[in-house]
Amino acid sequence: MPDRDEIERALRSHDADYVEVRLDDTATNRIVYRGRELEEIGRIRSFGGNVRALLRGGWGFVSFNEPAELRKRVEEAISAAHHVGRETSMLAEVPPVVDSVRLKVKKDPRAIPLATKKEMLDRYNERMLSVEGVTSTNIMYSDSHKQVVFASSEGSYIEQERIDVVSRLSATAGKNGDMQQANMSLGALNDFAYIEALDETARHLGERAVELLSAPYVKAGTYPVVLDPILAGVFCHEAFGHLSESDFVYENERMKEIMVLGRQFGQPHLNIVDGAAVPGLRGSFRYDDEGVPAQETDLIREGILVGRLHSRETAGKMGERVTGNARAIDYRFPPIVRMTNTYIEPGNMSFEELIADIDEGVYARNWFGGTTSMEMFTFSAGEAYMIRNGKVAELLRPVKLTGNLFTTLMNIDALGNDMDFNQGGGCGKGGQMPLPVSNGSPHIRIQDVVVGER
Amino acid sequence: MTDAEPILAAARRLGAQHAEVFAVETNETPVRFEANRLKEINSRQTSGAALRVIVDGRIGFASSTKPGDIDELVTAAVETAPFGPEAHLDFPRDGRAIDVDIYDPDVEALPVDDMIQAGQSLIDAVRAVEPELLCDAYVRRGDSTVTIANSKGGNFTYRGTGYSAWVNGTLIRGTDMLFVGDGDASCRAQLDLAAIEASVVSQLEHSRRTAEARTAEMPVIFTPLGVASALIGPLAIAFSGRMVHQGQSPLAGCLGKEMYDVRLSLWDDATLPYRPGSRPFDDEGVASRRNALIDKGIVRSFLYDLQTAGLAKAESTGSAERSLAAQPSISTTSLVIDDGEMQFEEMVRSVKEGLVVEELMGAGQGNVMGGDFSGNVLLGYKIEGGEITGRVKDTIVASNVHEALKRLVAIGSESRWVGGSVRTPALFFESLAVSAK
Repeated sequence: MPDRDEIERALRSHDADYVEVRLDDTATNRIVYRGRELEEIGRIRSFGGNVRALLRGGWGFVSFNEPAELRKRVEEAISAAHHVGRETSMLAEVPPVVDSVRLKVKKDPRAIPLATKKEMLDRYNERMLSVEGVTSTNIMYSDSHKQVVFASSEGSYIEQERIDVVSRLSATAGKNGDMQQANMSLGALNDFAYIEALDETARHLGERAVELLSAPYVKAGTYPVVLDPILAGVFCHEAFGHLSESDFVYENERMKEIMVLGRQFGQPHLNIVDGAAVPGLRGSFRYDDEGVPAQETDLIREGILVGRLHSRETAGKMGERVTGNARAIDYRFPPIVRMTNTYIEPGNMSFEELIADIDEGVYARNWFGGTTSMEMFTFSAGEAYMIRNGKVAELLRPVKLTGNLFTTLMNIDALGNDMDFNQGGGCGKGGQMPLPVSNGSPHIRIQDVVVGER
Repeated sequence: MTDAEPILAAARRLGAQHAEVFAVETNETPVRFEANRLKEINSRQTSGAALRVIVDGRIGFASSTKPGDIDELVTAAVETAPFGPEAHLDFPRDGRAIDVDIYDPDVEALPVDDMIQAGQSLIDAVRAVEPELLCDAYVRRGDSTVTIANSKGGNFTYRGTGYSAWVNGTLIRGTDMLFVGDGDASCRAQLDLAAIEASVVSQLEHSRRTAEARTAEMPVIFTPLGVASALIGPLAIAFSGRMVHQGQSPLAGCLGKEMYDVRLSLWDDATLPYRPGSRPFDDEGVASRRNALIDKGIVRSFLYDLQTAGLAKAESTGSAERSLAAQPSISTTSLVIDDGEMQFEEMVRSVKEGLVVEELMGAGQGNVMGGDFSGNVLLGYKIEGGEITGRVKDTIVASNVHEALKRLVAIGSESRWVGGSVRTPALFFESLAVSAK
């Protein structure tokens, strides 16, 4: 990797408004099982860099695996920016930062022999497969150690590193051509210990996949719905979080009208926050990929839209403060506005109180996935039950929830007094996936949600 | 790094009985438009190599994009082998690779200014119809060189080019958001921009008014875009030999059986000239071919890579695909559904009450493995009395692809390429579950 001297020399004397260099060296261990067979075990070294240049409002971006001739790359990026730039560059001002953020690892996966990791996963696999009726399984494990150097023409020079540990378990049960799956996805920042004690969870997944074979589909329709913290976190991310990303807003006059600060989005009990400065979660970091310090940003406070997520460019163009949300998945991509740790703050109701008034409703737990078109969103529950006469009743096959952001947030009429974070997901946007994020919430109740089968 | 011989030699020195190098070099230039204007020009150069070794009958794997990283690459691959899966494969010695046209020198010579012009003309054309539309566009050109070399003496290499363009438009009125878009891709420096424009304009025309859907079972027509967005994923995964071997595919045990409407035929074809999914051989060096998946409703074959074929006592179908980050997996190349005989207009005319689906959002969630699909209609229209009456919203369409494809009213007579790798006509389903608010 080029040293600091070489990087800083490459960034000197040019006619661009702004230039940055990012170098990324990531080492990943990956283990995959399908059924009894271990399918894949391997080490992946991803090493590369990029240069991004801004000139008269236009961006040039060059990425590469060969880091030699950095100065030439800088010139290429500037030349591309020349081709684009026709306006004025507007980056929000930030003080240059020189810092080196070293790892604070709790239990380091790099210190654990491959044999030990494999024994652990063998055990989980056996737990799932030993449940009668389970026909197959999938396991994906990975740990990634990432070291990033960021330097800008404004004088920033930041070194950061992190370790992401991810583990996904899935059990499939089949009968007469009918297949049902139960999944779980866990992730942790800088700590292997999170995924060490999943034996019970694995067995439970196997049992649930089998149970689903005899579970009914939900009768499609509109129901009051209670979401567990994991699924409510996904809902918060999909239904609202993406809309708060300013790159959807900053050059769109109509969108600015919709997302005007001060607009009421929810009832006064609703508070939504995003922030990488919350320590120890998948979406946590010290500096974003533009060298802006991590913060906590209030998005909705007492039901009112009070903030949004920014890169330096969106903040500059909208005349708002930076929030430290410019992130790139790796060196092949420029940073774009992304969420970090996004969560709904807890309220004061117990779970029993949340469901007590529901005659016929759906209790949806865990996630399969979610997506949004801004206005409309959809997300899938990994596990769902009917609620009848104020009690959790029969298990349902997986359900899909969909809605319109503007009515659904307003329809959140009760918040639980608990709180949990979903750290197993990866967010996708602009071809950059999976970006480590977390989302959190208490149990929440939403009225009038469209629930579909499958 | 892409010189395979020193890597194979080092692997042998460290105790590998067999080894295989997969090396790839790509150059890509995407030009991106945002909010109707040119925003960014990118240039991506990627190179790297992946190494599979077989040591005492087990497979080890490592990959690296770090230049000159041979020792670390080989050491890592050999170290993982004792924990790896048992090898059930033989690396191919020679390829009787067929000629597939996937290289066009005009793509490499394409000036960035021409790409900028292509993007701007797409945006201008659709905004001429709807001036309030806010458009993003991408125009990309690229080339890649793939090399596979193994210790059996097999050495395969090819070079391909790619050119693609896509335009997406958003129209916001109050809090109502309409999303339209389409694109085209080819290995040649020629794209059908006029067809993209016509498609987006027709989406805009059909969405001028809104209509109310209701919760019921009703006829649903998936346009080619709709088929690609919602049905192809859950259908194709069932033909993966790996899923079949593990008993995870609902089609396991169905080879030779009539599982679908007799008019339905589906092919996976890596030999079509100038298609982005085409190649002379797959990412393990096995020659490409045209695989019949469904032949007149009958399940004809499943797709295999070398390792899965070895496990399942089948033959590789040339379906191995890989990136540098993982070992080969089974993938489709270009999927083609044969034309039927009903025109789209005729389908619409025959429906009293139903839906047209152009895009389902979130269709890839849920029990995809079992063939379920379900999603919110991101772009779709209501049919009333044989006419499209407007765009629907807040509406979920849900079914199981294997069930639904038994009950087709008709297959469209006008197929088209969607996203470069799927060619399909419209599919007209007798009755699907629709739920609306």
